Amino acid sequence: MAIFVDQNTKVIVQGLTGGQGKYHGLRNKAYGTQIVAGVTPGKGGTDVEGIPVYNSVAEAVKATGATASFVTVPPKAASAAILEAAAAGITFIVCITEGIPAQDEARTYNTLVRDFPKVRLLGPNCPGIISPGKCNIGITAGEIAQLPTAKGPNVGIVSRSGTLTYQALYELKQLGIGVSTCVGIGGDPVPGTSFIDCLREFQADPETHAIIMIGEIGGSAEEEAAEFIKSNVTKPMSAYIAGVTAPAGKKMGHAGAIVSGGKGTAQGKMDALRDAGVKVGHNPTEAGSLMAAIVDGLS
Amino acid sequence: MDLFEYQGKQYFARYDIPVSKGDVAVTVDQAIAAADAAGYPVVVKAQVQVGGRGKAGGIKVANNADEVRTHAANILGMDIKGHVVKRVWVENASDIAEEYYASFTLDRGAKKHLLMLSREGGVEIEEVAEKNPAAILMLHIDPVDGFPAAAAKKAAVDAKIPEAAQQGVADILVKLYRCFVEGDCDLAEINPLILKPTGEVHALDAKVSLDENAEFRHPEWAEFQATVELDARELLAREKGLQYIGLDGTVGIIANGAGLAMSTLDVVNQVGGSAANFLDIGGGANADVMAGALEVINSDKNVKSIFINIFGGITRGDEVAQGIVEALGRVDLRAPIVIRLDGTNATEGRDILKNAGIPESKLTSKSTMLEAAEAAVALAK
Repeated sequence: MAIFVDQNTKVIVQGLTGGQGKYHGLRNKAYGTQIVAGVTPGKGGTDVEGIPVYNSVAEAVKATGATASFVTVPPKAASAAILEAAAAGITFIVCITEGIPAQDEARTYNTLVRDFPKVRLLGPNCPGIISPGKCNIGITAGEIAQLPTAKGPNVGIVSRSGTLTYQALYELKQLGIGVSTCVGIGGDPVPGTSFIDCLREFQADPETHAIIMIGEIGGSAEEEAAEFIKSNVTKPMSAYIAGVTAPAGKKMGHAGAIVSGGKGTAQGKMDALRDAGVKVGHNPTEAGSLMAAIVDGLS
Repeated sequence: MDLFEYQGKQYFARYDIPVSKGDVAVTVDQAIAAADAAGYPVVVKAQVQVGGRGKAGGIKVANNADEVRTHAANILGMDIKGHVVKRVWVENASDIAEEYYASFTLDRGAKKHLLMLSREGGVEIEEVAEKNPAAILMLHIDPVDGFPAAAAKKAAVDAKIPEAAQQGVADILVKLYRCFVEGDCDLAEINPLILKPTGEVHALDAKVSLDENAEFRHPEWAEFQATVELDARELLAREKGLQYIGLDGTVGIIANGAGLAMSTLDVVNQVGGSAANFLDIGGGANADVMAGALEVINSDKNVKSIFINIFGGITRGDEVAQGIVEALGRVDLRAPIVIRLDGTNATEGRDILKNAGIPESKLTSKSTMLEAAEAAVALAK
């Protein structure tokens, strides 16, 4: 088991003929992901190293039976690409595009909720998702993820930051701890998938025994997750929140990472998570060693 | 990007939101000309992006050109909480019968637009929220539905805006929502939104924050970019296309990825140091990017040590190390570097650094983030 994606997931890449799409699409395929098609309007009938390219998502879905899409198109075109995938029957959309206007994001998210309630969007502005050994959609280097073991314990990872996700994967690998699925939900103000969505899936996934959560300043997603954890998550958790020292009113690299009006501080988020019984580290390494202690206790 | 009041008013005017007649001035003579054109009495308002302008003496009423001269001369160059006043906005003074509050933002938790409307305007809305939360109408709007005139009228009624002002407020709400959505604002706020004795409703102030991600479809924002106040370090960083925020500590920071960069600041703080900046060099840290980053850090006189924190995910450690070696050949650094290089090809990267013949007084390599932070902070003391 794993959450959201596994070895049976068939994936198309929207923007496969572009630089980013080709690079990451082929890397995902080399990892073993079933990349079955690409979509680029006007380039239907061609191929990228053997992967057939179609003019529309609908054609690609019809020909391949794909259920997941990897969106790697520029900000201007990303919203339309996401909605096209949803309309064509794709149910899991990963969008790595950074720089989509917040107004577009809010409209796209609410359109999906209303017209395509079965569709899950991951991102935008996220590193993607990897279920080690099964499926990798996005920009994560697959080799830094430790394979899960049949008997466990395995850890699920959910994170708002790309590099801190890699850091978490790497530290677990150093410790020899398997990962069931690692989900990067992205650093934008309106993420399609929330911490809570992932926590609910990890809680239900028999292959996941413990969970690491990596948050950052801005918004209230971590506080909401803490509330959810109190009554719904029984699996042990460790966490790290980036941005304790971030000055108020500045966007710290990610569009969503901003402390405004005294809200969204790292301290508030850490307190909320501690209050929910989560072991909170002061840096990513500490969150990793806290998890190692948890895993030791489980095995 | 936060706009000055005058820019916010000019932005509002594009969406037909009524604002006072006025103009911006950088000299006393310009201020007088603006006052003559706007019609007396006028208000001379300091243009700074900080609250409490009035209390600091940055907002004055003038009844004639002589008074404008006196006030503009006092206000231009005034220091308000560390912000030096470079411009004043001079506008026709309004008679005020009542003051309201209106704003649109994105509620990230609800993932919907949020209207806040109150009949208690003219004071900080946070203050109203604390003392009398019932006086604020909070209304979520689904971005797919939008905000039609009927909904605006209902909001004005529900917020207990007096009947005489309801239609005027509703009209402005519809326009302000259009400005918020089509104008790609993170925040569009009017405080106070006033009712004049003559019955008209009018925006007396403007607070607008724009979403930089939407810049590609707003060529008119170029003039706003020109007035963004950056220090010398931030200007240099912008020229080099780097994600940089200047801070006032002594440890210069370079990291790949926004999360890791934030985390690096935190770890430096945790071991008793203070960061001089936030700098994210992104995924592909080649020699050009690294040299640019080092130049920006080097321009900061407060920097006593430099902490480069790289985690190779997409970026390969050997490429980063190569970049650093090349960059050191181009930039003559004043401060020593402590580097933590981990992840993909980190071992190869560390070997490259070791074999490059860089003296240890200039570059030390540590294997964990914490050790590197400790070393960098020790060097900065």
